[in-house]
Amino acid sequence: MLGDGILKGMAETARNFFGSYVSKERLTTVEYPEQRIPTAENARVFPFLVYDGTDWEAGMRCVACQICEKECPPKCIYIDKSTDKKPDYVGKPQFYPARFDIDISVCMSCQICVEVCPFEAIKMDTQFELATDDRFGGLLYDRKELSRSNEYYHAIHPTEAAEVDARLAEEKAKVEAKAKAAAEAAAAKAAAAATQPAAPAKADSSGLAATAPEAASLTDATKPAGGGS
Amino acid sequence: MITMLGAANLLLANPLFTNLDQIFVLLRNWLVGFFPVAIRPAAGVVLGVVAIVCVFPGLFALTTVFERKGLGRIQNRLGPNRVGPFGFFQPIADGIKSLTKEDVVPFRANAVVHFLAPLVLVVTVFMGFAVLPMGRNMVLVDMDSGLLFFFAMGAATELSVFMAGWSSRNKYSMLGAMRAVAQMISYEVVLLLSAVSVVMIAGSLSLPAIVAAQNQYTGSFPHWYIFTPWGLAGFVVFAIAATAESNRSPFDLPEGESELVAGYHTEYSGFKFALFFLGEYLAMFSLSGLGVTLFFGGWLAPFSFLNFVPSWIWFFGKVMFFIFVFIWMRGTLPRLRQDQLMNFAWKFTLPFTLLNLLVTALWRFMGEGWQRWVVCTIILAAAYVIFGRIEMRRQHFGPRKYRYAE
Amino acid sequence: MSPIFYLLAALTLAGGLAAVLLKHLVHSALAVTVAFAGLALLFLQLDAQFAGFAQILVYIGAVAILIVFAILLTHGSELPKGGVFSHTWFLGLVIAAGVFAVLGWAVLASVSAVPQSNIVPSVTVHDIGIALVGRYVLPLEIVALLLTAATIGAVIVAMHEKERAR
Repeated sequence: MLGDGILKGMAETARNFFGSYVSKERLTTVEYPEQRIPTAENARVFPFLVYDGTDWEAGMRCVACQICEKECPPKCIYIDKSTDKKPDYVGKPQFYPARFDIDISVCMSCQICVEVCPFEAIKMDTQFELATDDRFGGLLYDRKELSRSNEYYHAIHPTEAAEVDARLAEEKAKVEAKAKAAAEAAAAKAAAAATQPAAPAKADSSGLAATAPEAASLTDATKPAGGGS
Repeated sequence: MITMLGAANLLLANPLFTNLDQIFVLLRNWLVGFFPVAIRPAAGVVLGVVAIVCVFPGLFALTTVFERKGLGRIQNRLGPNRVGPFGFFQPIADGIKSLTKEDVVPFRANAVVHFLAPLVLVVTVFMGFAVLPMGRNMVLVDMDSGLLFFFAMGAATELSVFMAGWSSRNKYSMLGAMRAVAQMISYEVVLLLSAVSVVMIAGSLSLPAIVAAQNQYTGSFPHWYIFTPWGLAGFVVFAIAATAESNRSPFDLPEGESELVAGYHTEYSGFKFALFFLGEYLAMFSLSGLGVTLFFGGWLAPFSFLNFVPSWIWFFGKVMFFIFVFIWMRGTLPRLRQDQLMNFAWKFTLPFTLLNLLVTALWRFMGEGWQRWVVCTIILAAAYVIFGRIEMRRQHFGPRKYRYAE
Repeated sequence: MSPIFYLLAALTLAGGLAAVLLKHLVHSALAVTVAFAGLALLFLQLDAQFAGFAQILVYIGAVAILIVFAILLTHGSELPKGGVFSHTWFLGLVIAAGVFAVLGWAVLASVSAVPQSNIVPSVTVHDIGIALVGRYVLPLEIVALLLTAATIGAVIVAMHEKERAR
């Protein structure tokens, strides 16, 4: 019969029309600023810097190794290494970033900086409401704006943060055990105690040195191509 | 046939009812009283025009927000709800936006014609309201040939559409205008012919007279033309043609977004675009008003015991119901293709309307009695089924063949 | 003769003149529409509602659109190189003047033939309808036949092309 398809369609839309007033599950709309869906645990937007404790400057995990700066594909990270050192989480003196800026207008949220960081110092944030009326200064975040506490990290990525904490605790325990063993050995040998604690630190820095040239060679390889184009 | 005119007269004698029913007429007469005697008739007309120019754009604003909310609900969305309570101030925000937007005229456009097109559209569409009876004694001009006037104004809107499309110097505008004009011409024939059947029975081209011809009740049931076989058939065709005439979905291919950007008003922005928008909705209102007047008894109450409700409430209520159906159809039906549109106009609706004219003549000359009901119903139903079968058989589902593109 | 008549007459004449003198074909078509509208308004001014509205419906709604369609579908909107004005415009002017003279003479001569009365004749649509299917039924039917023949002819012309395309 001609026209019955139209009537069927009209009945369907009428059902939708009245149904949307009756049953709430028909309406899938989330009225965003008032209502929010909790972000997924794996969500990632832009990177942030993790610090331990309460003081962001003292507890910052970043040691200004500059791997992320070199690895960053769009080159949106700017790091200045400090001249002095401060103790890191195991109590070893380390450099810290005197300047750590990320231009989030350039950042492409690839998470490579997080992957390459050997110190678990940079992680991905889930905060996405970053609109500002200042295109340049407002989107260039310095280290103070970038730093978030470890508790915040636990709040947004609980599973990942627990793994990281476990790993760090393990490393710290290992370092402490080594130091203890070294101290005991030193006591046993009754040698001078001043030079001994530096041994594990040397091993650490040699590992760092192994990765750094790699990164440097990578950037060297890409540079001529970039310059040519 | 028992008329309930006696009861109606009793009601009319009640002063409260008369005042409510005639409130706008009384208001106008009271306002006209302030003018000097010499210009009173002119002042009355001007006041009527002002009322129309105020009421219908107001209705337009309301309709836009209701349409968006209704479409949203049809698609299980919420619709606009940000501006004001439940989003009802949305049209005000839209109005401010369109007024403050830059008015861009293309460099190669024909500036004068480009400027005139929306004006011609809105003016001619507004003219159509002059002959619509919106309540008892509420018609601006009671013309002897009101229906003809209405269609003449409708014909003039086609020219404005063409002017808009041609003057923009844009291929999308031009194609949209060609489509719109072809569509409007095709369906105007059908629209006119379906209205002619009403004229044949009512014996007048004056719209108040057509309403008066339907002002009878059997028991408490009205004698509207929709409740006759030819009236129902005529109304269905009229509704289809009116939808096509006002470029509403599913006949909105003059502004098919997917292929033509926005059709003939692609190159319009700001207030001129708002005028086109207004004109389109006003055309919808006036065609709804005409449909109500021709087939649904205009301002008459649907049951004689409901006569105490003021007549203008009935008219506007019916028009708003029509608008609701327009929105409902827009939320339901997909857009037609150009060849489907033309085939439907010339191969289905036009022959059916011509047949309906014959049936109407039969109805007119068969006299009172049940025989004419049976005969007319059988002829129309049989024709509908046969036409429908032929149409359905012609349908080829499958990939479309292109004549020139391959 | 009221000032309104002169205004409308001027509008109609301006539209007609513009249609002849404008260079762009679409402009001419739109100017013709203005002339049609002026003519319709003149009818209305004479209280001939039916004629006036029929003028708008048929001439503006159909004829003007038809002209415009014809122009657009035949690339007529492009300006010809050799100018748009005919070289034999003087002959045309003479013929036009001749036609005008004949028409003017006919109108002036009919003034005395028709009885003058101050009563405005009121012709309702009803009267026109009765006259059309009563006294003038034969001309009406002849016109209807002519139009039907024209329609069939148009259909045949359109079909012919389709057959060839196959």
